[in-house]
Amino acid sequence: MRMGDFKQTYAADEAVFRSGTVRFWLVVLLLAMAAFPFMVGPYLLYMANLTGVAIIAAVGLNILTGAAGQISLGHAAFVGIGAYTSAILTTKLGLPFLVCLPLSGLSAAFFGIIVGAPSMRMKGLYLCIATLAAQVIFDFIFVHWTPVTGGIRGINVPSAELFGYKLDTEFKLYFVTIPIMIAAITAARNLFRTRVGRAFIAIRDRDISAELMGINLFQYKLYAFAASSFYAGVAGCLQVYLLRIVTPEHFPLHESIRYLAMIIVGGLGSVLGSIFGAIFMTMVPEALQSGLALFQGMDDKLMSYLFPLQTVVFGLLIVVFLVFEPHGLAEMWRRVKNYFRLWPFEH
Amino acid sequence: MDILLQLIVSGIAVGGVYALIALGFVLIYKATSIINFATGEFMMIGAYFFYTFMVMAGLPPIPSFLLVMLCSALLGLFVERAILRHMLGQPTISIVMVTIGLSSILMGLAEMIWSTDFKSFPALFPRAPVIIGDIIVRSNLFWGFVVAMLAVIIFALLFKYAKVGVAMRATAGDQMAAFSMGINVRSMFTVAWSMGAIAAALGGVIIGNIGGIQPTLGSIGLKIFPVVILGGLDSIAGAVVGGFIVGLVENIAGGYLDPYVGGGVKDLAPFVVLVLILFIKPYGLFGKQDIERL
Repeated sequence: MRMGDFKQTYAADEAVFRSGTVRFWLVVLLLAMAAFPFMVGPYLLYMANLTGVAIIAAVGLNILTGAAGQISLGHAAFVGIGAYTSAILTTKLGLPFLVCLPLSGLSAAFFGIIVGAPSMRMKGLYLCIATLAAQVIFDFIFVHWTPVTGGIRGINVPSAELFGYKLDTEFKLYFVTIPIMIAAITAARNLFRTRVGRAFIAIRDRDISAELMGINLFQYKLYAFAASSFYAGVAGCLQVYLLRIVTPEHFPLHESIRYLAMIIVGGLGSVLGSIFGAIFMTMVPEALQSGLALFQGMDDKLMSYLFPLQTVVFGLLIVVFLVFEPHGLAEMWRRVKNYFRLWPFEH
Repeated sequence: MDILLQLIVSGIAVGGVYALIALGFVLIYKATSIINFATGEFMMIGAYFFYTFMVMAGLPPIPSFLLVMLCSALLGLFVERAILRHMLGQPTISIVMVTIGLSSILMGLAEMIWSTDFKSFPALFPRAPVIIGDIIVRSNLFWGFVVAMLAVIIFALLFKYAKVGVAMRATAGDQMAAFSMGINVRSMFTVAWSMGAIAAALGGVIIGNIGGIQPTLGSIGLKIFPVVILGGLDSIAGAVVGGFIVGLVENIAGGYLDPYVGGGVKDLAPFVVLVLILFIKPYGLFGKQDIERL
């Protein structure tokens, strides 16, 4: 039972993993994640890869919306930009995977800065609606700029190649996706320990005070948009190699809403929240689908009642979490941890 | 020239319907400062209510209309009481996401209850196309415009002269003062939601009459954002003017630019206008400037 705060150095105070026990369990978790692919079949590995991509995108969105406080309804568009960049670079220029990855991140970051430019003149709700407009505009470009994006049919992408290994099975992709995911999470968590991260939080909490303290609001908001879009671009690139095709269908407004739902359900402003939210919002629809598959073959009418249930459950999850647990799954986790940490005391 | 005139007239006609739906949005925002992302879904549910009463239950149009208004008022009431009461004082993003979640729930429920099949109801208005000079307007579009404008005028008069309307305006202007004047502000929120739902539902009935209904009809609700941002989030006159402008831009841009891009300009143009307006005049043509109090 850990009690009290007996840190003696600043580094110890700022540490992410604060005690030996926590570090031990972290190593155990990493070993379990490394052993995971040897124990499960391709479907679960596919879900794991998909979840990894979602985690990267969700962490990016949390940097923008949770930490810097700028609501963005256009995140799926940035994932799409990263995806299309990667697809185009691979098919038309033949660039290898390791080069495409940072380039898709950078191109998404570039467009993120453009979309973030209005934050100079507006904030809050109006900025949110500007990002909505950006989402619609990019969606239109994805569908209609056929010579470059392949229109509705999209672009088929060959498997990634890494140092001569062809990444064509879920097993191999897992060992690329998960380390990148871990790197992304580590970078985001460390971001909040740096000046830039703290500036984001200051802007979210009270931007006028932040400005008074010398934080250049516009500059840091652009940083937030750029960082968030970089993450989205990387996620998009990984998604392309996972699915081996990119179409506009993967990046509609509903996807942006799904990413927002991930961070809201998971917990705004915390990296752990994004992880929980991404896992939750990827697994729950899958679980529902599998549950529905049990009813396959039964009454057709019943099926027509059960299919839309997914949409209803999606909306219900968002509403229920917001009404009953506004700080999300991360808060529930913290409460459980505190209970065990402090037991038998209450505080 | 003929084509341009034709596009202008149909633009104004559809703009009138957008104005009615935008009115539903503005009513809610004006009284409660909540951005209702579910306006499109209220509209869609209103259309489905009308379908239920008129086609499934076989009632004549006027009673169906009245029942639709009653049911959508109840829906607005339920939504406000059950969900939004708990969200008072929460940050903007929570409220935005709640209405987005609500829109998902409503769409899913519509799919469950009425299935995803495309449905239509019998024409509400005489079928003969209306001819103005050289221009032919489809009858359902023309009469839909007339009904929408009538509804907007009735709402505007209600707001200006009826006791309930004045109370709502007072609540929208200054909640504290309204409380001290004895206005039951909580009820005003409920009334605002009910009236917003009614306006959106009427818009839905008109649009359903024009093009048939599907659970995805709610996506038209997205177009309402350019309308209300253009007009000003809390201005009724702005909703009307914004509706017309968006309707015009949509039709003219679609008519002239579609052949070059292969379609879809109709959906894009209002959002380009939105971005421009956000840069030039973020509070819209008639909106009230938000003074940030520390």
